[in-house]
Amino acid sequence: MSTVAPIANALTAGKLPRYTPAWVLLGSAIIITGIALLMGNPSIPGIVVVTAVLFVVLVYLLSLVVEGSRKAKDRLMTSLVTLAFLLALVPLISVAATTIGLGLARFDLEFFTTSMRNVTDAGGGALHAIVGTLLITLATAIISIPIGILTAIYLVEYGRGKLAKWITFMVDIMIGIPSIVAGLFAYALFALIFGPGIRLGIAGSIALSLLMIPVVVRSTEEMLKLVPNELREASLALGVPKYLTIIKVVLPTSLAGIVTGSLLAVARVIGETAPLLIVAGFTQSMNYNLFSDRMMSLPLFVYSSYSQQGADPQQFLDRAWTGALTLILIVMALNLLGRLIARIFSPKLSR
Amino acid sequence: MTTQTERPKPVIRLGDRVFARSTLIAGSLILVALAAVAIFLIVEAIPALGADTTELKGSPSNFWTYVGPLAFGTVWAAFLALLIAVPLAVGIALFISHYAPRRLAQGLAYVIDLLAAVPSVVFGLWGIKVLAPAVQPVYAWLTDNLGWIPIFSGPVSGTGRTILTVAIVLAVMILPIITAMAREVFLQTPKLHEEAALALGATRWEMVKMAVLPFGRSGLVSASILGLGRALGETMAVAMVLSPSTVISFVLLQSENPNTIASNIALNFPEAHGTGVNVLIATGLILFVITFAVNFIARAIVARRKEFSGAN
Repeated sequence: MSTVAPIANALTAGKLPRYTPAWVLLGSAIIITGIALLMGNPSIPGIVVVTAVLFVVLVYLLSLVVEGSRKAKDRLMTSLVTLAFLLALVPLISVAATTIGLGLARFDLEFFTTSMRNVTDAGGGALHAIVGTLLITLATAIISIPIGILTAIYLVEYGRGKLAKWITFMVDIMIGIPSIVAGLFAYALFALIFGPGIRLGIAGSIALSLLMIPVVVRSTEEMLKLVPNELREASLALGVPKYLTIIKVVLPTSLAGIVTGSLLAVARVIGETAPLLIVAGFTQSMNYNLFSDRMMSLPLFVYSSYSQQGADPQQFLDRAWTGALTLILIVMALNLLGRLIARIFSPKLSR
Repeated sequence: MTTQTERPKPVIRLGDRVFARSTLIAGSLILVALAAVAIFLIVEAIPALGADTTELKGSPSNFWTYVGPLAFGTVWAAFLALLIAVPLAVGIALFISHYAPRRLAQGLAYVIDLLAAVPSVVFGLWGIKVLAPAVQPVYAWLTDNLGWIPIFSGPVSGTGRTILTVAIVLAVMILPIITAMAREVFLQTPKLHEEAALALGATRWEMVKMAVLPFGRSGLVSASILGLGRALGETMAVAMVLSPSTVISFVLLQSENPNTIASNIALNFPEAHGTGVNVLIATGLILFVITFAVNFIARAIVARRKEFSGAN
């Protein structure tokens, strides 16, 4: 009887140890950093990119030798998919970092309490733009939310047949309207009524409504569809008229979702620039009246601060970045509020 | 049977009637609004067709030679953006739906959604102040070393404000849209298909290739087309980043770039007067038609998919 040599564990044979990728990553990072230092121009983005490429290739080759081509391909795709995700984080982090870093320069009291009237250089602020944005967005919400919710109720509770199909289809098409086309439409509408060259805050609201209504319809529709039919049937069986069933049973059940959807829709239109550029115009002064004269808005403030720089460009750029930071903060706040409402007040469905 | 029994007429309450009517009116208003968009744009655009266009930028001979380069630039920039965004979006969606640890996935999806919350004017500012200077050395390297490929030919733009930079910015902007839709579609893959593939010994990638991607293909196509529609209409980022001129050119890295319709309107509308306004509105109408067609195709694909698959 000859002794048989102990077989290697069949389950782990032909497999790379668990931590191999981590070690390969560390190794390639060290090697590339070393080479970059030797060549004398270490630039961090370059090092990261070359390290990533080297890591992907090394892991693939190692796996190809030890594990075979199928496993190697699996590892290759895993690395690529992960890289795609990390790559998408780069612009996000870069935008956030630059906006915060450069925006804080003018994030002071003066920025929020003064307009740009008679300001040619240092100082000045965006109060006129903030007021304009709030007024225009408020008017937009007042126009869009009732129409949007009523349309959604029609589609879910009443709409049968051709008309409902057409409306659904047109809402889909409206979601894809370019924002600048909405601006041109509002301009064409108001120019036919008031003559060419018209610029009004309310025209901006009309243009933005065109963009906001379909978003409200879509989100409200989804929420109404989530309401269980048993609730409606129970209410109707008790003899409650249909409109009261909708108002007292269906809407309260889906209220949190509708509010969230509307807030997200507001967040979407508050950052729109192009339609306001067309129909609301630029101004340096305060204007509290939606129905007369030009009205500034925060996105346009950012754009005009950048595009029409004065004698000292740095002052204008600082204001542009602070405006951008303010805008992002407003959008984020709306988004967070929406998600918070959805999380706290949404009815607990069985999961 | 033939005797006529007086059926009690169903009582329709006043409240019911008012409520039903008002929802109907709101719904019809949407149809009216969209029709109004088309009609008003056409009415304002008609004077442009016969207009004297010699005073416009580049003094084109007629309206169509004016809009030609713009339409080309619009489609070309959006196409480049799609070329960059779609592979990335598929990767990200797969990462979130099938690769990331289950507990992290929700948070990671939210992080990508944050990109959609950044207003386009901020992306424009970022594109010109951060991205363009950062990619310019790369462009210089590309023209030096790969200049023999026609689209990379020099001389390189000194500012980095080329159509490729615009395409990168647009890609970043449409990335969250495509990713969100692709993610939803991938998550709807029947669990049994995935488990069957894994049980037969497939690696994770083979499972994705055999079960997830075929299932999600049509959803992915419509997501991409929706992203394309968004990229076609994007205004401010292009208007701020691109240094435009009136050419038709496929070259990516030179300082002579075709402008897009939307950005051209934004740049010229504030100073436009007379027939200049009509010409710009007419270009807007063409943009509307292009995006309408693109969205129409996307919706048709989505609708067909609903008929065939059990999902949705």
